[in-house]
Amino acid sequence: MKRRDFVLAGLAFPLVTPEYKLSFPRDHGAHPAYRQEWWYVTGWLKTERGEDLGFQITFFRAKLNQKNSNPSTFTPHQIILAHAALSDPKHGRLRHDERAARTALDLAGTREGNTNVWVDDWVLDLEKDFYRARIRARDFSLELQFDAKDKPLLQGEAGFSRKGNGPGEASYYYSRPQLMVRGTANGRPVTGTAWLDHEWSSQYMAAGAAGWDWCGLNMNDGSSLMAFRMRDKDGGVAFAPQGVSFEPMRMWKSPRTGTAYPVAMKLNNDLRLEPLMDDQELDARASTGTIYWEGAVTAFRGQAAVGKGYLELTGYWKPMKL
Amino acid sequence: MLRIFIALNKRIFFQKTRILLSVVAIALGVALGYAVHLINRAAVNELAAGVRSLSGEADLEVRGGRAGFPEAIYAQLARLPGVAVASPVLEAEAGIAGGGKTIRLIGIDPLRAALIQPALFAEDPGQRVELLKPDVVFLSSGVTETKTLKIISGLEIVELQVAGTLASLRGNTVLTDISTAQWRLGRLGELNRIDLRLEPGADREAMRAKIAALLPPGVYVATLDAVEESGANLSRAYRVNMNVLALVALFTGGFLVFSAQALEVARRRREHALLRVLGLQRRGVAQLVLVEAAVLGALGGLLGIALGYGLAAGAVHVAGADLGAGMFRGMTPELQFSSAAGLAYVLAGVAVAVAGALPPALDAARTAPAQALKAGDEQQMFARTVKVWPGLLLMGLALLLLPLKPLNGIPVAGYLSIACLLLGGIFLMPWISGFAFKKLKAKSIPSTLALAQLRGAPGQAMVSLAAIVASFSLMAAMAIMVASFRSSVDDWLGAVLPAELYFRTTQSGETSWIDPELEARIRAIPQIERVVFLRSGRISLDAARPAVALLARDGNAIRFPSVGREYVRKEGDPPKAWISEAVADLYGFGVGSIMEIPISGKNHPFMVQAIWRDYARQHGAIVIEREVYSALSGDRRANDAAMWLKPGATADEVTATLRTLPGGQLLDITGAGEIRRISLAIFDRSFAVTYALEAVAVLVGLFGLSSSVGALVLSRRREFGMLRHLGMRRGQIGAMLAAEGGLLAVLGVAVGLALGGAISLVLIHVVNRQSFNWSMDLHVPFGLLAGLSFALVLLSAGTAWLSGREATGIGPVRAVKEDW
Repeated sequence: MKRRDFVLAGLAFPLVTPEYKLSFPRDHGAHPAYRQEWWYVTGWLKTERGEDLGFQITFFRAKLNQKNSNPSTFTPHQIILAHAALSDPKHGRLRHDERAARTALDLAGTREGNTNVWVDDWVLDLEKDFYRARIRARDFSLELQFDAKDKPLLQGEAGFSRKGNGPGEASYYYSRPQLMVRGTANGRPVTGTAWLDHEWSSQYMAAGAAGWDWCGLNMNDGSSLMAFRMRDKDGGVAFAPQGVSFEPMRMWKSPRTGTAYPVAMKLNNDLRLEPLMDDQELDARASTGTIYWEGAVTAFRGQAAVGKGYLELTGYWKPMKL
Repeated sequence: MLRIFIALNKRIFFQKTRILLSVVAIALGVALGYAVHLINRAAVNELAAGVRSLSGEADLEVRGGRAGFPEAIYAQLARLPGVAVASPVLEAEAGIAGGGKTIRLIGIDPLRAALIQPALFAEDPGQRVELLKPDVVFLSSGVTETKTLKIISGLEIVELQVAGTLASLRGNTVLTDISTAQWRLGRLGELNRIDLRLEPGADREAMRAKIAALLPPGVYVATLDAVEESGANLSRAYRVNMNVLALVALFTGGFLVFSAQALEVARRRREHALLRVLGLQRRGVAQLVLVEAAVLGALGGLLGIALGYGLAAGAVHVAGADLGAGMFRGMTPELQFSSAAGLAYVLAGVAVAVAGALPPALDAARTAPAQALKAGDEQQMFARTVKVWPGLLLMGLALLLLPLKPLNGIPVAGYLSIACLLLGGIFLMPWISGFAFKKLKAKSIPSTLALAQLRGAPGQAMVSLAAIVASFSLMAAMAIMVASFRSSVDDWLGAVLPAELYFRTTQSGETSWIDPELEARIRAIPQIERVVFLRSGRISLDAARPAVALLARDGNAIRFPSVGREYVRKEGDPPKAWISEAVADLYGFGVGSIMEIPISGKNHPFMVQAIWRDYARQHGAIVIEREVYSALSGDRRANDAAMWLKPGATADEVTATLRTLPGGQLLDITGAGEIRRISLAIFDRSFAVTYALEAVAVLVGLFGLSSSVGALVLSRRREFGMLRHLGMRRGQIGAMLAAEGGLLAVLGVAVGLALGGAISLVLIHVVNRQSFNWSMDLHVPFGLLAGLSFALVLLSAGTAWLSGREATGIGPVRAVKEDW
């Protein structure tokens, strides 16, 4: 990130501070003053025939970092982006689609006060204790309902999650692990377990950070585990919370982009993450302008499968720009 | 001995020249046709690439002419079930400050456009975000990069920041965000295009119909293919005319092959007879002649392809894809050599040559060997082909074809009628010449002999005559048509430019205008007696046709170069509309009919008051009263103005005053005389290519003619020897030959003029009317035609006389003895 942008960002957006106390349902809603925000749902599904599927639904909100006095309806103050992907080992390759729109003419938007974000006919909202997601993609569709009775799990220091060592290099971040899923995938009934993240920030990546590794795991014993680290441009660790480590065990090279991803990882010197399938690369150049790997993984301790979740590997294609 | 050598060489020279000229004429025809094909294909490809580079995967496109439509329609369509992606567009031909150039400014939502055309930002996705910044533009690959782009909006200069070049974007284009376009062009709330991608499996036609039903009047939805096609249609009439020119050259080539082969067959009559005696079949003789012709045709064709490619490359480089006619402004197409089309054009050359050689070949095959071996038999050639009815039949057919409607916008019947006239005239020539030469009486010995020769050998006379008639009638027809066109344009300019001083903003694209405040200040200038303002826009009356100009003009005392009657208004009639001939022809409106004109998304009835002639807008123009237009649309802007000055005021004074007004520097102020001069210069320039090509075709024809005459004369050397023995002097033989040539030419020119006159009428009233939808008044360039006639007669007589001198150069005894 250029220094000028940094200064601008510092001027235009509120900084994330440890003093802020998260409160619900207010903080389920959007925080349009912050530079970026996302609602991110991943999970494992089982069809009636017992086949495993992985899915990912992400809605992003981005505020542009420039004052724009243009009175046009189309003036891009906020951009809403969405990615959705379905991992089906029988298909062998990730099915994914994306949406992007500015918040003009109500074709895309977010609401404050409670989760409600949409781009065209893609929607994620929260009503009482149920999140609902509706995705109609090019070659798949998802209609899912998530049962979220448990209290939100605040990450970091009570929801203040540090991403770098500089002031403001942090996010507000909470998770909803162990969500029970019901619904349909491609019109066929599915059930499963999911994970929801809601995170907002004005300075998510520290200067010099190029990408991150992230995983969220629903453990079989009912507990959950989230880990991330920020990498720098040389592949070294730019920032990682205490005790978090990712060790690549196996690389997979995309035949489409030539990018190599560590699709199997040793996490925190304890768990071994193995992907549902290798090819879970997501080309989102038409919306967020990046290519990343986002896949369903199983966590093993020794030979025993102890949990399921998602692994996210960004910045391997080119350094991430948010 | 030396003399014989020279004479022989002369003969071979004439023969070679004839062959060369046949090849050149065919090459010219092929070259023209191929060049037009190449240029057009390049232009259409470029146009299609331009459409595709932005609208890549779009299934349907909604277009609302220049006026556009409210942006709410976009939101409505984006939510329509069955629509996968809707991408809003606001585009305009924007004037660039300083220099009078324009550039296509396209406002898009990069996030939406990327879903319609993934290739647009594939190379650098970051450019998408860059484009979201205020006042940022990206240039298309063809545009020279500068730091800023200054465009004219209203009468203000807007400075936009150039963020770079988009390699995938084609054409003379700049891309900006839709919000920037709306704001900076003063068109908040408006769009004029929406690209739509449908959901997989959606019925495209059903969706098209469903969307069409949602759109306000004047806004249309079409498939992308239809959009590309209508772009290609822009230049169709012009293209067809160029192709006809190519056909004329090919025809001349075919004719030269005919005359060359006819003379060859005559010369080698005894050779062919000998071959027949030696056992060659009739078919064999014909094949011999045809194969020779086919080789000439192929040679001409190949030469033509090379020439055509060069011509196309040169023309595109110098004048652009439309050869200066202004259809594809700002486009620099890339020529692509196409071998399939090339082969087709070579084959056309071969076909023409073989067709030309067919009559002499058949004649050679038909002649009995015994008869052919007799001396002097070559004079009998073609005697048997002289029949009247085919000629009359063709002439009749030409008349019958005239009232037919154009086919797909192309005056096919008109062209066929011209072909029938031309061929009919040639077929009738022997009959006409027989009649004319029978009636003529001669006094002196040389002219008596000349007449006797012409009466006695009608077949040979026909070859030369037909050549004269064919080339001269085409030349005369073109001359009359172009003169009529030019004089009509001249008159029309006088009628449409009644005021002394004009200014316009439309010169620099669609993005500039005058606001009511400036209008009031201009009206208040003391030196101006009267000023008439005009607001111009474009509306679509039919999705399949190019947009029509809508001109709203001050006052109802609008004077026009109108054609035909004027409507007498009755109580309660809707407001007046004056439509150009193109609107009348293309949409079928007449004086007194009521037409619906879409203004601001609603159809309003108008009464057609009169039809007027308009040479400026080929696709049609409608004039309405500005008061009515403003009331219906709420649009009070103006684009152009005509000013009448107070006595004593000068144009310079008023111009200087106008320049001091805010934005006055950006006005294009011109006197009526200057506009007239520029317009005529443009007219002459766009016809320059036509003139040049026509001149070359005619010249080739004339050289072909003179070489035929020369060869004919040389072949009669024995006859001249006999005449010398009978006591004729060389001078008298020369006079005889000059008289022969002159008489032939006079007859050919007379018939050519008559035929050319008829063809010019077809060109003016059928071909031009149907191609361009405008009428013109006949104007015959008598001086030019007289000069051309005189030159042709002189050329023919002179060639005959000169060849005669050469032919009688050897002694009479030797000439009689000579056996070859």
